[in-house]
Amino acid sequence: MSLNEIRDKMQKEISQSLTILDNVIKTTKLPIVNEQKTNNPLWIDVREIDLRYQVPVKKIIKFFEGLREGKVLATKCPKCGSVYFPPQDDCPKCKISNLDWIEMPKEGEIVAYTIINVKPPSFSHYQDYVVGIARMSNGVNVLSWVRAKEVKVGMKVRLEVVERKPEGYLTYELVPMG
Amino acid sequence: MRNVAIIGTGHTKFGVRTDVNLQELAWEAVKQALEEANLEQNEIQYFVVGNVGNWSSEELPAVIVGEYCNLTPKGTMRVEAACSTGSAAIRDAYLAIKSGEVDIALVVGVEQMHQAPNPQVVELIGRAGGYFWEFENFGLTFPGYYALHASAYMAKYGMKEEDLGKIAIKNHYYGARNPYAQFQKEITMEEYLKSKPVAYPLKLLDSSPITDGAAAIVLASEEVARKITDSPVWIVSQGVASGTANLSRRTDFTHIEAAQIAAQQAYKKAGIEFDNAWKNFDVADVHDCFTIAEIMAYEDLGFAKRGEGYLLAREEQTYIGGKIPVNVDGGLKAKGHPIGATGVSMAVSIARQLLYRAHKGTQVEVRNGMGITHNVGGTGHYAYVTIYSTRRPSK
Ligand SMILES: [Zn+2]
Repeated sequence: MSLNEIRDKMQKEISQSLTILDNVIKTTKLPIVNEQKTNNPLWIDVREIDLRYQVPVKKIIKFFEGLREGKVLATKCPKCGSVYFPPQDDCPKCKISNLDWIEMPKEGEIVAYTIINVKPPSFSHYQDYVVGIARMSNGVNVLSWVRAKEVKVGMKVRLEVVERKPEGYLTYELVPMG
Repeated sequence: MRNVAIIGTGHTKFGVRTDVNLQELAWEAVKQALEEANLEQNEIQYFVVGNVGNWSSEELPAVIVGEYCNLTPKGTMRVEAACSTGSAAIRDAYLAIKSGEVDIALVVGVEQMHQAPNPQVVELIGRAGGYFWEFENFGLTFPGYYALHASAYMAKYGMKEEDLGKIAIKNHYYGARNPYAQFQKEITMEEYLKSKPVAYPLKLLDSSPITDGAAAIVLASEEVARKITDSPVWIVSQGVASGTANLSRRTDFTHIEAAQIAAQQAYKKAGIEFDNAWKNFDVADVHDCFTIAEIMAYEDLGFAKRGEGYLLAREEQTYIGGKIPVNVDGGLKAKGHPIGATGVSMAVSIARQLLYRAHKGTQVEVRNGMGITHNVGGTGHYAYVTIYSTRRPSK
Protein backbone atom coordinates (compact mmCIF):
# COMPACT_ATOMS: atom_id res chain seq x y z
CA MET A 1 0.00 0.00 0.00
CA SER A 2 1.20 3.52 -0.72
CA LEU A 3 1.20 6.11 2.01
CA ASN A 4 -1.76 7.88 0.46
CA GLU A 5 -3.76 4.65 0.28
CA ILE A 6 -3.03 4.09 3.97
CA ARG A 7 -4.07 7.63 4.81
CA ASP A 8 -7.25 7.22 2.77
CA LYS A 9 -8.06 4.05 4.67
CA MET A 10 -7.46 5.71 8.03
CA GLN A 11 -9.42 8.82 7.00
CA LYS A 12 -12.30 6.59 5.90
CA GLU A 13 -12.43 5.01 9.35
CA ILE A 14 -12.37 8.45 10.96
CA SER A 15 -15.15 9.64 8.62
CA GLN A 16 -17.26 6.63 9.54
CA SER A 17 -16.94 7.33 13.25
CA LEU A 18 -17.72 11.00 12.64
CA THR A 19 -20.85 10.03 10.73
CA ILE A 20 -21.96 7.97 13.71
CA LEU A 21 -21.23 10.92 16.00
CA ASP A 22 -23.18 13.27 13.70
CA ASN A 23 -26.17 10.94 13.87
CA VAL A 24 -25.95 10.75 17.64
CA ILE A 25 -25.93 14.54 17.90
CA LYS A 26 -28.82 14.76 15.41
CA THR A 27 -31.01 12.39 17.38
CA THR A 28 -30.03 13.29 20.96
CA LYS A 29 -28.70 16.84 20.56
CA LEU A 30 -25.58 15.76 22.50
CA PRO A 31 -22.26 14.12 21.43
CA ILE A 32 -22.63 11.42 24.08
CA VAL A 33 -22.35 7.71 23.31
CA ASN A 34 -22.55 4.80 25.71
CA GLU A 35 -19.46 2.64 26.05
CA GLN A 36 -20.24 -0.89 24.86
CA LYS A 37 -18.89 -2.89 27.80
CA THR A 38 -20.10 -0.83 30.76
CA ASN A 39 -22.78 1.35 29.18
CA ASN A 40 -21.03 4.36 30.76
CA PRO A 41 -21.86 7.59 28.91
CA LEU A 42 -18.83 9.17 27.20
CA TRP A 43 -18.69 12.66 25.69
CA ILE A 44 -16.89 12.29 22.36
CA ASP A 45 -14.67 15.29 21.66
CA VAL A 46 -16.06 17.33 18.75
CA ARG A 47 -12.68 19.12 18.31
CA GLU A 48 -9.73 17.37 16.74
CA ILE A 49 -5.96 17.84 16.71
CA ASP A 50 -4.20 16.88 13.50
CA LEU A 51 -0.58 17.60 14.31
CA ARG A 52 2.83 17.02 12.77
CA TYR A 53 5.83 18.60 14.44
CA GLN A 54 8.46 20.64 12.60
CA VAL A 55 11.85 19.65 14.00
CA PRO A 56 14.78 22.01 13.22
CA VAL A 57 17.73 20.12 11.71
CA LYS A 58 19.95 23.00 10.59
CA LYS A 59 22.79 22.14 12.97
CA ILE A 60 22.95 18.53 11.75
CA ILE A 61 22.01 19.00 8.10
CA LYS A 62 25.37 17.42 7.14
CA PHE A 63 24.06 14.13 8.48
CA PHE A 64 21.19 14.17 5.98
CA GLU A 65 23.49 15.29 3.16
CA GLY A 66 25.70 12.32 4.10
CA LEU A 67 22.78 9.93 3.64
CA ARG A 68 22.47 11.18 0.04
CA GLU A 69 26.10 10.14 -0.52
CA GLY A 70 25.42 6.75 1.05
CA LYS A 71 27.24 7.61 4.27
CA VAL A 72 26.12 7.42 7.91
CA LEU A 73 27.86 10.28 9.70
CA ALA A 74 28.58 10.99 13.32
CA THR A 75 30.18 14.02 14.98
CA LYS A 76 33.47 14.04 16.82
CA CYS A 77 34.69 16.67 19.25
CA PRO A 78 38.14 17.92 18.13
CA LYS A 79 39.00 18.76 21.74
CA CYS A 80 37.98 15.71 23.81
CA GLY A 81 37.48 13.15 21.04
CA SER A 82 33.90 12.25 22.05
CA VAL A 83 31.96 10.66 19.19
CA TYR A 84 28.25 11.50 19.06
CA PHE A 85 25.72 9.23 17.40
CA PRO A 86 22.96 10.24 16.90
CA PRO A 87 24.99 13.25 15.77
CA GLN A 88 24.94 16.61 17.57
CA ASP A 89 26.94 19.70 16.79
CA ASP A 90 27.61 20.76 20.38
CA CYS A 91 30.03 19.07 22.77
CA PRO A 92 28.52 19.82 26.19
CA LYS A 93 31.64 18.47 27.90
CA CYS A 94 33.96 21.01 26.24
CA LYS A 95 31.22 23.61 25.64
CA ILE A 96 32.25 23.98 21.99
CA SER A 97 30.29 23.71 18.73
CA ASN A 98 31.06 23.02 15.05
CA LEU A 99 32.34 19.52 15.73
CA ASP A 100 34.09 17.41 13.10
CA TRP A 101 31.98 15.11 10.93
CA ILE A 102 33.21 11.53 10.62
CA GLU A 103 31.81 8.47 8.91
CA MET A 104 30.50 5.72 11.19
CA PRO A 105 32.25 2.37 10.71
CA LYS A 106 30.29 -0.10 8.62
CA GLU A 107 30.78 -3.14 10.82
CA GLY A 108 29.15 -3.96 14.11
CA GLU A 109 27.61 -6.62 16.31
CA ILE A 110 24.03 -6.90 17.63
CA VAL A 111 23.84 -6.34 21.40
CA ALA A 112 20.04 -6.19 21.78
CA TYR A 113 17.01 -6.60 19.54
CA THR A 114 13.25 -6.99 19.43
CA ILE A 115 10.52 -7.72 16.91
CA ILE A 116 7.66 -5.22 17.04
CA ASN A 117 4.37 -7.10 16.69
CA VAL A 118 1.97 -4.59 18.22
CA LYS A 119 2.64 -1.44 16.20
CA PRO A 120 1.73 2.22 16.66
CA PRO A 121 -0.91 3.35 14.11
CA SER A 122 1.69 5.40 12.21
CA PHE A 123 3.71 2.21 11.66
CA SER A 124 0.74 -0.03 10.94
CA HIS A 125 1.45 -0.17 7.20
CA TYR A 126 4.74 -2.04 7.74
CA GLN A 127 5.18 -5.77 8.28
CA ASP A 128 6.39 -6.68 11.79
CA TYR A 129 9.86 -5.12 11.98
CA VAL A 130 13.05 -5.97 13.84
CA VAL A 131 14.68 -3.16 15.83
CA GLY A 132 18.24 -3.78 16.93
CA ILE A 133 21.11 -2.04 18.66
CA ALA A 134 24.56 -2.79 17.25
CA ARG A 135 27.87 -1.91 18.82
CA MET A 136 29.95 -0.65 15.91
CA SER A 137 33.67 -1.32 15.60
CA ASN A 138 34.46 2.11 17.11
CA GLY A 139 32.46 1.21 20.24
CA VAL A 140 29.55 3.54 19.40
CA ASN A 141 26.04 2.08 19.25
CA VAL A 142 23.53 2.40 16.43
CA LEU A 143 19.83 1.68 16.84
CA SER A 144 17.85 0.92 13.70
CA TRP A 145 15.79 -1.64 11.86
CA VAL A 146 17.60 -4.90 11.17
CA ARG A 147 16.91 -6.28 7.71
CA ALA A 148 16.66 -9.93 8.72
CA LYS A 149 14.01 -12.42 9.81
CA GLU A 150 16.32 -14.22 12.25
CA VAL A 151 18.40 -12.11 14.59
CA LYS A 152 20.68 -13.11 17.45
CA VAL A 153 22.68 -11.21 20.03
CA GLY A 154 26.28 -11.37 18.80
CA MET A 155 25.30 -11.45 15.12
CA LYS A 156 27.65 -9.47 12.84
CA VAL A 157 25.93 -6.69 10.91
CA ARG A 158 26.74 -3.99 8.38
CA LEU A 159 25.40 -0.43 8.51
CA GLU A 160 23.80 0.65 5.23
CA VAL A 161 21.94 3.65 3.89
CA VAL A 162 18.57 2.56 2.51
CA GLU A 163 15.44 4.08 1.07
CA ARG A 164 12.47 3.61 3.41
CA LYS A 165 9.50 2.18 1.51
CA PRO A 166 6.78 3.14 0.88
CA GLU A 167 7.61 6.72 1.96
CA GLY A 168 10.80 6.84 -0.11
CA TYR A 169 13.04 8.83 2.27
CA LEU A 170 16.65 7.97 3.09
CA THR A 171 17.49 6.32 6.38
CA TYR A 172 19.86 3.62 7.65
CA GLU A 173 19.54 -0.05 8.52
CA LEU A 174 21.59 -2.90 9.91
CA VAL A 175 22.04 -5.80 7.50
CA PRO A 176 23.44 -9.23 8.43
CA MET A 177 26.96 -9.83 7.08
CA GLY A 178 27.95 -12.73 4.91
CA MET B 1 16.29 19.47 57.99
CA ARG B 2 13.12 17.96 59.36
CA ASN B 3 11.68 14.47 59.22
CA VAL B 4 8.69 13.93 56.95
CA ALA B 5 5.95 11.34 57.40
CA ILE B 6 2.95 9.97 55.54
CA ILE B 7 -0.12 10.64 57.68
CA GLY B 8 -2.89 9.72 55.23
CA THR B 9 -3.30 7.52 52.16
CA GLY B 10 -5.89 7.19 49.40
CA HIS B 11 -6.24 4.78 46.50
CA THR B 12 -8.89 4.24 43.83
CA LYS B 13 -9.83 1.08 42.04
CA PHE B 14 -7.47 0.79 39.06
CA GLY B 15 -8.67 -0.30 35.63
CA VAL B 16 -10.86 1.10 32.89
CA ARG B 17 -12.58 3.94 34.69
CA THR B 18 -15.06 5.32 32.18
CA ASP B 19 -17.43 6.00 35.08
CA VAL B 20 -15.52 9.13 36.16
CA ASN B 21 -13.47 11.91 34.55
CA LEU B 22 -9.89 12.83 35.53
CA GLN B 23 -10.76 15.20 38.38
CA GLU B 24 -13.50 12.95 39.75
CA LEU B 25 -11.02 10.08 39.76
CA ALA B 26 -8.44 12.22 41.60
CA TRP B 27 -11.06 13.23 44.18
CA GLU B 28 -11.76 9.58 45.09
CA ALA B 29 -8.14 9.23 46.24
CA VAL B 30 -7.83 12.73 47.72
CA LYS B 31 -11.02 12.32 49.78
CA GLN B 32 -9.77 9.03 51.23
CA ALA B 33 -6.37 10.52 52.11
CA LEU B 34 -7.93 13.59 53.77
CA GLU B 35 -10.26 11.39 55.81
CA GLU B 36 -7.41 9.14 56.93
CA ALA B 37 -5.37 12.16 58.00
CA ASN B 38 -8.47 13.71 59.57
CA LEU B 39 -7.75 17.00 57.82
CA GLU B 40 -9.81 19.56 55.95
CA GLN B 41 -8.66 21.02 52.64
CA ASN B 42 -7.84 24.41 54.18
CA GLU B 43 -5.21 22.67 56.35
CA ILE B 44 -3.34 21.48 53.25
CA GLN B 45 -0.73 24.15 52.57
CA TYR B 46 0.54 22.90 49.22
CA PHE B 47 -0.42 20.16 46.76
CA VAL B 48 1.35 18.48 43.87
CA VAL B 49 -0.34 16.69 40.98
CA GLY B 50 1.51 13.89 39.21
CA ASN B 51 0.08 13.47 35.72
CA VAL B 52 1.70 12.70 32.39
CA GLY B 53 -1.36 13.34 30.26
CA ASN B 54 -1.52 13.69 26.45
CA TRP B 55 -4.12 10.93 26.37
CA SER B 56 -6.56 12.88 28.52
CA SER B 57 -8.29 16.10 27.53
CA GLU B 58 -7.29 18.58 30.22
CA GLU B 59 -4.09 20.42 29.39
CA LEU B 60 -3.42 21.83 32.90
CA PRO B 61 -4.46 18.99 35.21
CA ALA B 62 -3.03 20.35 38.49
CA VAL B 63 -5.41 23.30 38.42
CA ILE B 64 -8.38 21.22 37.27
CA VAL B 65 -7.78 18.71 40.07
CA GLY B 66 -7.17 21.42 42.67
CA GLU B 67 -10.39 23.19 41.77
CA TYR B 68 -12.46 20.00 41.88
CA CYS B 69 -10.95 18.91 45.21
CA ASN B 70 -11.43 22.37 46.78
CA LEU B 71 -7.69 22.85 47.25
CA THR B 72 -7.54 26.15 45.35
CA PRO B 73 -5.95 28.72 46.04
CA LYS B 74 -3.14 26.69 47.60
CA GLY B 75 0.08 26.55 45.57
CA THR B 76 0.45 23.70 43.14
CA MET B 77 2.29 22.30 40.17
CA ARG B 78 1.98 19.47 37.73
CA VAL B 79 4.90 17.04 37.82
CA GLU B 80 6.07 14.78 34.99
CA ALA B 81 8.71 12.08 35.23
CA ALA B 82 7.18 9.55 32.82
CA CYS B 83 6.26 6.34 34.66
CA SER B 84 7.94 7.63 37.84
CA THR B 85 5.83 10.79 37.87
CA GLY B 86 4.16 9.78 41.15
CA SER B 87 7.50 9.43 42.91
CA ALA B 88 8.62 12.77 41.51
CA ALA B 89 5.44 14.37 42.87
CA ILE B 90 6.19 12.85 46.28
CA ARG B 91 9.72 14.23 46.05
CA ASP B 92 8.47 17.76 45.47
CA ALA B 93 6.13 17.71 48.48
CA TYR B 94 8.71 15.88 50.62
CA LEU B 95 11.36 18.53 49.93
CA ALA B 96 8.87 21.35 50.53
CA ILE B 97 8.23 19.99 54.03
CA LYS B 98 11.78 18.93 54.75
CA SER B 99 13.09 22.38 53.95
CA GLY B 100 10.60 24.02 56.31
CA GLU B 101 8.68 25.80 53.55
CA VAL B 102 5.37 24.11 54.49
CA ASP B 103 4.19 21.71 57.22
CA ILE B 104 1.45 19.76 55.45
CA ALA B 105 1.30 18.87 51.77
CA LEU B 106 -0.85 16.61 49.64
CA VAL B 107 0.36 14.53 46.70
CA VAL B 108 -2.06 13.13 44.16
CA GLY B 109 -1.06 11.01 41.19
CA VAL B 110 -3.76 10.60 38.58
CA GLU B 111 -3.90 9.26 35.06
CA GLN B 112 -6.76 8.46 32.74
CA MET B 113 -5.28 6.74 29.73
CA HIS B 114 -8.60 5.51 28.39
CA GLN B 115 -9.70 8.95 27.31
CA ALA B 116 -7.76 8.23 24.11
CA PRO B 117 -8.26 5.12 21.94
CA ASN B 118 -5.72 2.33 22.64
CA PRO B 119 -3.82 2.56 19.29
CA GLN B 120 -3.19 6.27 19.87
CA VAL B 121 -1.98 5.48 23.41
CA VAL B 122 0.51 3.00 21.91
CA GLU B 123 1.64 5.76 19.55
CA LEU B 124 2.00 8.34 22.33
CA ILE B 125 3.94 6.02 24.66
CA GLY B 126 6.22 4.97 21.80
CA ARG B 127 7.15 8.61 21.34
CA ALA B 128 8.32 8.67 24.97
CA GLY B 129 11.74 7.27 24.08
CA GLY B 130 14.33 9.33 22.22
CA TYR B 131 11.59 10.54 19.89
CA PHE B 132 13.40 11.72 16.79
CA TRP B 133 16.03 9.02 16.35
CA GLU B 134 14.30 6.01 17.81
CA PHE B 135 10.57 6.46 17.26
CA GLU B 136 10.18 8.66 14.17
CA ASN B 137 12.36 6.41 12.06
CA PHE B 138 12.27 3.02 13.73
CA GLY B 139 8.88 2.84 15.45
CA LEU B 140 9.95 1.52 18.80
CA THR B 141 7.03 0.85 21.09
CA PHE B 142 7.21 0.97 24.86
CA PRO B 143 7.30 -2.83 25.20
CA GLY B 144 9.96 -2.67 22.46
CA TYR B 145 12.31 -0.61 24.62
CA TYR B 146 12.14 -3.15 27.44
CA ALA B 147 12.25 -6.05 24.97
CA LEU B 148 15.70 -4.84 23.90
CA HIS B 149 16.79 -5.26 27.52
CA ALA B 150 15.12 -8.67 27.75
CA SER B 151 16.90 -10.04 24.67
CA ALA B 152 20.27 -8.73 25.86
CA TYR B 153 19.70 -10.13 29.36
CA MET B 154 18.65 -13.56 28.07
CA ALA B 155 21.67 -13.76 25.79
CA LYS B 156 24.08 -12.76 28.54
CA TYR B 157 22.76 -14.71 31.52
CA GLY B 158 20.79 -17.60 30.06
CA MET B 159 17.44 -16.54 31.50
CA LYS B 160 14.48 -18.42 30.00
CA GLU B 161 11.04 -17.22 28.95
CA GLU B 162 9.60 -19.21 31.85
CA ASP B 163 11.60 -17.12 34.32
CA LEU B 164 9.83 -14.00 33.05
CA GLY B 165 6.59 -15.96 33.28
CA LYS B 166 7.24 -16.56 36.98
CA ILE B 167 7.10 -12.80 37.58
CA ALA B 168 3.79 -12.46 35.75
CA ILE B 169 2.31 -15.43 37.61
CA LYS B 170 3.37 -14.06 41.03
CA ASN B 171 2.04 -10.59 40.34
CA HIS B 172 -1.29 -11.93 39.06
CA TYR B 173 -1.47 -14.20 42.14
CA TYR B 174 -1.37 -11.12 44.37
CA GLY B 175 -3.45 -8.98 42.02
CA ALA B 176 -6.20 -11.58 42.45
CA ARG B 177 -6.16 -10.72 46.17
CA ASN B 178 -6.13 -6.92 45.77
CA PRO B 179 -9.60 -5.41 45.27
CA TYR B 180 -7.98 -2.25 43.82
CA ALA B 181 -6.20 -4.22 41.07
CA GLN B 182 -7.13 -4.01 37.40
CA PHE B 183 -6.65 -7.78 36.93
CA GLN B 184 -7.98 -9.83 39.82
CA LYS B 185 -7.27 -13.13 38.16
CA GLU B 186 -4.49 -15.69 38.54
CA ILE B 187 -2.69 -16.97 35.44
CA THR B 188 -0.89 -20.23 34.67
CA MET B 189 2.48 -20.83 32.98
CA GLU B 190 0.61 -22.38 30.06
CA GLU B 191 -1.50 -19.25 29.58
CA TYR B 192 1.63 -17.14 29.90
CA LEU B 193 3.57 -19.08 27.27
CA LYS B 194 0.63 -18.96 24.86
CA SER B 195 -0.05 -15.26 25.24
CA LYS B 196 0.16 -12.99 22.21
CA PRO B 197 3.61 -11.63 21.20
CA VAL B 198 3.89 -7.88 21.66
CA ALA B 199 7.61 -7.20 21.14
CA TYR B 200 9.83 -10.26 21.10
CA PRO B 201 10.64 -11.74 23.61
CA LEU B 202 7.85 -9.96 25.50
CA LYS B 203 4.24 -11.10 25.32
CA LEU B 204 0.95 -9.61 26.39
CA LEU B 205 1.30 -11.32 29.78
CA ASP B 206 4.74 -9.73 30.28
CA SER B 207 3.19 -6.30 29.99
CA SER B 208 1.41 -3.96 32.36
CA PRO B 209 -1.92 -2.73 31.00
CA ILE B 210 -3.20 0.69 29.95
CA THR B 211 -4.89 1.93 33.11
CA ASP B 212 -6.94 4.67 34.75
CA GLY B 213 -6.41 5.34 38.42
CA ALA B 214 -5.44 7.71 41.19
CA ALA B 215 -3.60 7.55 44.50
CA ALA B 216 -2.94 10.22 47.12
CA ILE B 217 -0.89 10.74 50.26
CA VAL B 218 -0.79 13.47 52.87
CA LEU B 219 2.71 14.33 54.08
CA ALA B 220 3.52 16.28 57.24
CA SER B 221 6.51 17.53 59.19
CA GLU B 222 7.47 15.60 62.31
CA GLU B 223 5.95 18.16 64.66
CA VAL B 224 2.60 18.17 62.88
CA ALA B 225 2.58 14.41 62.24
CA ARG B 226 3.01 13.73 65.96
CA LYS B 227 -0.12 15.78 66.74
CA ILE B 228 -2.25 14.13 64.07
CA THR B 229 -1.39 10.44 64.22
CA ASP B 230 0.29 7.86 66.41
CA SER B 231 1.17 5.74 63.38
CA PRO B 232 3.18 7.85 60.94
CA VAL B 233 5.16 6.18 58.17
CA TRP B 234 8.41 8.09 57.76
CA ILE B 235 10.20 8.78 54.53
CA VAL B 236 13.71 7.71 55.51
CA SER B 237 15.44 8.69 52.28
CA GLN B 238 15.02 9.03 48.56
CA GLY B 239 17.49 8.59 45.72
CA VAL B 240 16.93 10.09 42.29
CA ALA B 241 18.84 9.74 39.02
CA SER B 242 18.42 10.07 35.27
CA GLY B 243 19.52 8.18 32.17
CA THR B 244 19.74 8.86 28.43
CA ALA B 245 16.61 9.17 26.30
CA ASN B 246 18.35 7.53 23.36
CA LEU B 247 18.72 3.88 24.35
CA SER B 248 21.60 3.51 21.93
CA ARG B 249 23.64 5.92 24.05
CA ARG B 250 23.79 3.36 26.86
CA THR B 251 26.60 0.94 27.37
CA ASP B 252 24.64 -1.82 29.05
CA PHE B 253 21.25 -3.31 28.20
CA THR B 254 21.02 -5.79 31.06
CA HIS B 255 20.32 -3.32 33.84
CA ILE B 256 18.93 0.16 34.44
CA GLU B 257 21.86 2.31 35.48
CA ALA B 258 19.74 5.22 36.77
CA ALA B 259 17.86 2.85 39.08
CA GLN B 260 21.06 1.49 40.55
CA ILE B 261 22.42 5.01 41.13
CA ALA B 262 19.14 6.04 42.80
CA ALA B 263 19.26 2.93 45.02
CA GLN B 264 22.85 3.60 46.06
CA GLN B 265 21.92 7.18 46.97
CA ALA B 266 18.89 6.13 49.01
CA TYR B 267 20.88 3.39 50.79
CA LYS B 268 23.74 5.74 51.59
CA LYS B 269 21.41 8.32 53.15
CA ALA B 270 19.67 5.56 55.14
CA GLY B 271 22.93 3.91 56.21
CA ILE B 272 22.12 0.66 54.40
CA GLU B 273 24.75 -1.45 52.67
CA PHE B 274 24.03 -2.23 49.02
CA ASP B 275 24.96 -5.90 49.24
CA ASN B 276 22.25 -7.77 51.09
CA ALA B 277 20.13 -4.62 51.20
CA TRP B 278 17.05 -6.85 51.13
CA LYS B 279 17.67 -7.85 54.76
CA ASN B 280 16.55 -4.39 55.87
CA PHE B 281 13.13 -4.54 54.24
CA ASP B 282 9.89 -6.38 54.95
CA VAL B 283 8.43 -5.59 51.55
CA ALA B 284 9.30 -3.91 48.25
CA ASP B 285 7.28 -2.43 45.40
CA VAL B 286 9.40 -2.37 42.24
CA HIS B 287 8.74 -1.12 38.74
CA ASP B 288 7.44 -4.11 36.76
CA CYS B 289 5.97 -2.33 33.74
CA PHE B 290 7.30 -5.43 31.98
CA THR B 291 8.45 -8.63 33.68
CA ILE B 292 12.08 -8.06 32.67
CA ALA B 293 11.98 -4.75 34.58
CA GLU B 294 11.26 -6.58 37.84
CA ILE B 295 14.20 -8.96 37.27
CA MET B 296 16.53 -6.02 36.63
CA ALA B 297 15.09 -4.24 39.70
CA TYR B 298 16.14 -7.15 41.94
CA GLU B 299 19.72 -6.59 40.81
CA ASP B 300 19.67 -2.79 40.69
CA LEU B 301 18.42 -2.78 44.32
CA GLY B 302 21.06 -5.27 45.46
CA PHE B 303 18.49 -8.00 46.25
CA ALA B 304 20.39 -10.34 43.92
CA LYS B 305 23.86 -10.36 42.40
CA ARG B 306 24.28 -9.14 38.82
CA GLY B 307 22.92 -11.78 36.45
CA GLU B 308 21.13 -13.70 39.20
CA GLY B 309 17.89 -11.74 39.51
CA TYR B 310 15.94 -14.28 37.49
CA LEU B 311 16.94 -16.97 39.97
CA LEU B 312 15.04 -15.13 42.72
CA ALA B 313 11.95 -15.41 40.52
CA ARG B 314 12.68 -19.02 39.57
CA GLU B 315 13.04 -20.00 43.25
CA GLU B 316 9.92 -18.00 44.19
CA GLN B 317 11.88 -15.99 46.76
CA THR B 318 9.82 -12.86 46.20
CA TYR B 319 6.51 -14.29 47.42
CA ILE B 320 5.36 -13.58 51.00
CA GLY B 321 7.43 -15.87 53.21
CA GLY B 322 10.39 -15.75 50.80
CA LYS B 323 13.63 -13.82 51.05
CA ILE B 324 11.95 -10.51 50.20
CA PRO B 325 8.28 -10.12 49.18
CA VAL B 326 8.06 -7.98 46.03
CA ASN B 327 4.96 -6.46 44.41
CA VAL B 328 2.54 -8.29 46.67
CA ASP B 329 -0.09 -5.70 45.69
CA GLY B 330 -0.03 -7.20 42.19
CA GLY B 331 2.60 -4.83 40.85
CA LEU B 332 2.10 -2.77 37.73
CA LYS B 333 1.52 -6.03 35.89
CA ALA B 334 -1.76 -6.91 37.65
CA LYS B 335 -2.62 -3.87 39.74
CA GLY B 336 -2.27 -1.68 36.64
CA HIS B 337 -0.01 1.19 35.62
CA PRO B 338 -1.81 4.55 35.50
CA ILE B 339 1.48 6.27 34.71
CA GLY B 340 1.15 9.43 36.83
CA ALA B 341 -0.41 7.58 39.76
CA THR B 342 1.92 4.57 39.91
CA GLY B 343 4.59 6.03 42.23
CA VAL B 344 1.99 7.32 44.68
CA SER B 345 0.21 3.97 44.54
CA MET B 346 3.50 2.29 45.50
CA ALA B 347 3.84 4.62 48.51
CA VAL B 348 0.26 3.84 49.58
CA SER B 349 0.91 0.08 49.28
CA ILE B 350 4.09 0.21 51.34
CA ALA B 351 2.62 2.51 54.02
CA ARG B 352 -0.41 0.26 54.43
CA GLN B 353 1.81 -2.85 54.54
CA LEU B 354 3.95 -1.39 57.32
CA LEU B 355 0.78 -0.53 59.30
CA TYR B 356 -0.69 -4.03 58.81
CA ARG B 357 -3.47 -2.61 56.67
CA ALA B 358 -2.84 -4.56 53.45
CA HIS B 359 -5.61 -6.61 51.84
CA LYS B 360 -6.21 -10.18 53.00
CA GLY B 361 -3.73 -12.55 51.41
CA THR B 362 -1.29 -9.76 50.56
CA GLN B 363 -0.09 -8.72 54.03
CA VAL B 364 3.58 -9.44 54.74
CA GLU B 365 5.03 -10.07 58.16
CA VAL B 366 6.51 -6.80 59.43
CA ARG B 367 9.76 -7.42 61.29
CA ASN B 368 11.96 -4.43 60.49
CA GLY B 369 9.18 -1.90 59.94
CA MET B 370 10.86 -0.89 56.72
CA GLY B 371 9.80 -0.98 53.04
CA ILE B 372 11.15 0.31 49.74
CA THR B 373 9.77 1.53 46.42
CA HIS B 374 11.63 1.46 43.10
CA ASN B 375 9.95 3.55 40.40
CA VAL B 376 11.52 3.89 36.94
CA GLY B 377 10.34 6.47 34.42
CA GLY B 378 10.67 5.61 30.76
CA THR B 379 13.32 2.95 30.35
CA GLY B 380 15.59 4.43 32.98
CA HIS B 381 15.13 8.00 31.80
CA TYR B 382 14.23 8.72 35.41
CA ALA B 383 14.59 6.63 38.55
CA TYR B 384 13.34 7.17 42.10
CA VAL B 385 14.10 4.84 45.01
CA THR B 386 12.35 5.69 48.28
CA ILE B 387 12.71 4.06 51.69
CA TYR B 388 9.84 4.11 54.20
CA SER B 389 9.85 3.15 57.89
CA THR B 390 7.62 3.07 60.94
CA ARG B 391 10.69 4.00 62.98
CA ARG B 392 11.56 7.68 63.13
CA PRO B 393 14.74 8.40 61.14
CA SER B 394 17.57 9.55 63.40
CA LYS B 395 18.81 12.30 61.08
ZN1 LIG C 1 34.49 17.70 23.71
